[in-house]
Amino acid sequence: MLAPVLFFLFAAVAIAASIGTLLARNPVNSALSLIVNLLAVASLYLTLNAAFIGIVQVLVYAGAIMVLFLFVIMLLNLEATPVLEAIDKRILAGYAGGTLLLGAITYLLARGLGALPTFEIAESAAATGTPRALALNLFTTYALPFELIGLLLLVATIGAVMIAKKRFV
Amino acid sequence: MDITFYFPPLADYVATFPMLVLAVAALLCVVVDIFYNDAKGVAILAGASLLVTLLFEAARLSLPPAKALYGMVYVGGTASLVNMTILFSGFLTVLIAQPYLKRLGRNYGEVYALLLVAVVGMMALGSAANLLTLFAGLETMSVCLYILTALVREKDGAIESALKYFLLGAFSTGFLLYGIALIYGATGTMDLSDFADRLASTNAGVMFWGGTALLLVGFFFKVSAVPFHMWTPDVYQGAPTPISGFMATASKTSAFAAMVLVLGRALPSAQWQTTVAIVALLSMVIGNFVALAQSNVKRMLAYSSIAHAGYVLTGIASATPEGYAGALYYLLVYTVMNVGAFGVLAYLEHDNRQGDTQTVDSLAGTGQRYPLLGVVMAVCLFSLLGFPPLAGFFGKVYVFGPAVKSGLAWLAVAGVLTSAVSAAYYLRVLYVMWMKPSPDDAVAPQFEGVPPLAAVALAGCAAFLLLLTFTPWVMDAAVAFFRDVPAAIVSLP
Amino acid sequence: MLASFIPLFLQILMAAGLAYTLLIAAKKLGPKRPNAVKTMAYESGMDPVGTARDRYSVKFYLVAMIFIVFDVEVVFLYPWAVTFREFLTRSPQLGLFVLGVVGVFLAVLTLGLVYDIKKGGLEF
Repeated sequence: MLAPVLFFLFAAVAIAASIGTLLARNPVNSALSLIVNLLAVASLYLTLNAAFIGIVQVLVYAGAIMVLFLFVIMLLNLEATPVLEAIDKRILAGYAGGTLLLGAITYLLARGLGALPTFEIAESAAATGTPRALALNLFTTYALPFELIGLLLLVATIGAVMIAKKRFV
Repeated sequence: MDITFYFPPLADYVATFPMLVLAVAALLCVVVDIFYNDAKGVAILAGASLLVTLLFEAARLSLPPAKALYGMVYVGGTASLVNMTILFSGFLTVLIAQPYLKRLGRNYGEVYALLLVAVVGMMALGSAANLLTLFAGLETMSVCLYILTALVREKDGAIESALKYFLLGAFSTGFLLYGIALIYGATGTMDLSDFADRLASTNAGVMFWGGTALLLVGFFFKVSAVPFHMWTPDVYQGAPTPISGFMATASKTSAFAAMVLVLGRALPSAQWQTTVAIVALLSMVIGNFVALAQSNVKRMLAYSSIAHAGYVLTGIASATPEGYAGALYYLLVYTVMNVGAFGVLAYLEHDNRQGDTQTVDSLAGTGQRYPLLGVVMAVCLFSLLGFPPLAGFFGKVYVFGPAVKSGLAWLAVAGVLTSAVSAAYYLRVLYVMWMKPSPDDAVAPQFEGVPPLAAVALAGCAAFLLLLTFTPWVMDAAVAFFRDVPAAIVSLP
Repeated sequence: MLASFIPLFLQILMAAGLAYTLLIAAKKLGPKRPNAVKTMAYESGMDPVGTARDRYSVKFYLVAMIFIVFDVEVVFLYPWAVTFREFLTRSPQLGLFVLGVVGVFLAVLTLGLVYDIKKGGLEF
């Protein structure tokens, strides 16, 4: 029963970090919050037994794509946006409490009306999230989409050069 | 895990020949471009490969539909028809775009490589038998179109429209992907033909229908149906005009085809019919009425394409084989009409006056001066309007008829009424082109005439729209064929 | 499955904990006697010239974009790396097929690399 607990823990971290990304007035702080969010999502994947996707999330998103974000921030030389007027904390707490209450009521209503599937937290089979399990499908049955992704990456390279080069011949 | 297969059988490669050939041709285009920098050679290669695959698909139209490459794509029959429409649009676009881009000094080899890859993606999307193929095709197509939109970087609004298209497109792809994830979570399969069984055996519930709703949002965005249409005018206005024509036709055709496959094949119609009908109504009303207010002709055509998305959705909303067939038939006609109309606008840009910011007034007298362009535009616009003897009229008959039969008479009536409204803006363009004298010819237009191949392509569009009129047997055969196909869709393996 | 990642999580926790502890310890325990020279930005002993927050050329961005494309390519190779032997033992034909699939994928992306080099995408 460890996985569900961790799942909701990391989900809370991910949500908090994404709110932080939105609220931070300094773009670098915003980007750093995004890193926390991406790592929390990677942890979510681990708790769901999708180990490979989790590692890829760290490698590609937290590693490479974050670099792009930081590049953009440096490219544009963004100053911190001005601090907004202080929001009344009590109003904020009121909104948060109200939203929670609404969520709870909606959930109970949906539950009562039978619109929700009955909850069963099943541990998914450990073998489904490994690189091996992925490979056995990806390179055989799903060969066509896989090659399409290859073409997609090719045109992405071409597009980057076409759009960014100054004197394009 | 059961892996007992080896190589896919030879028949699969034959069946997916167009996709394979075009992918190889696209790679060759890149190679030729890198090592020889020969844009003309690349254009010839692209055009030739599109023509060959077009003829190939035409030959396979009558085959019974089947699946190929481990159940990833449908081939033959309906899929051939959709692929044919896409390839036709691509072929005409190459013919029209080559001289146009050359004149702009933008005739790069990459353009044709991107075009071919986009066509490959569209074919994968339009004949997908699996949600994964659908997604990979959609992304491949979209990325190519984002880049092509930004082709003429210096032009006012080109980068703006590309950025808008990219951001909104990425957002809508997010919806679509989330939908696919939920559907997979609820059913445990991505194979379209498995949904019906899984739905029968399990209580799909909120998760599945939530996923379907998100999937629909993604589709509605790609076909620019009304609540998700905001990007269309800006993007069509900012992109190079022949590319706008390509986007308006081929990408919509493939997205609609995928929609027919998902909705028609996999899901009970009771659940989505009303939604699609309402979206169709909104698209027709808002598209046609806002088009009335446009002074820029490209924006007007963009709003008209939104309205036409509404007509196609009307056919789909009827949820009968005839309705799906009508929608696909309409898309073929729509493709020819719009490639023609955008092609004419592309060459009128070379005329002089306002370059590519063509207001209706700037077209004054162009019909008299360039009779070929004037006549092609007249045929295309009359057909878009749905004027009786032209193909567009029969297209409308085949989407509105099934809607009436399946109890959506109100939708068909709305379609006919809004079509009448559309006469106002289509005929205004023709009136200005043919009846108004050009302001003054003191400034001699720098117009070298339409290059021969492009002229052939444009005349071909007009001829195609007339052909379905004067030779009833062509249309009868087409209709008979389209009537057969959906039954085949329903009983696919 | 999840249990095998517990050491990893522990290590991350320890690393983060150590970093924070050291930072806070330095802040609380060390004496603070700032002066103008000490608080100046450190640039290898040189006097700082201008601001560090300058605009960068878009070329860096292009390199980063190309890097991501090939990063994603490599990601797809991990699954193949762990299974190619298994495919071969199942049947040589299957191994050959998968080799072909991955080979085509790599060839397509290598063409992208050649394109970048030829078109000057990697030049400065």
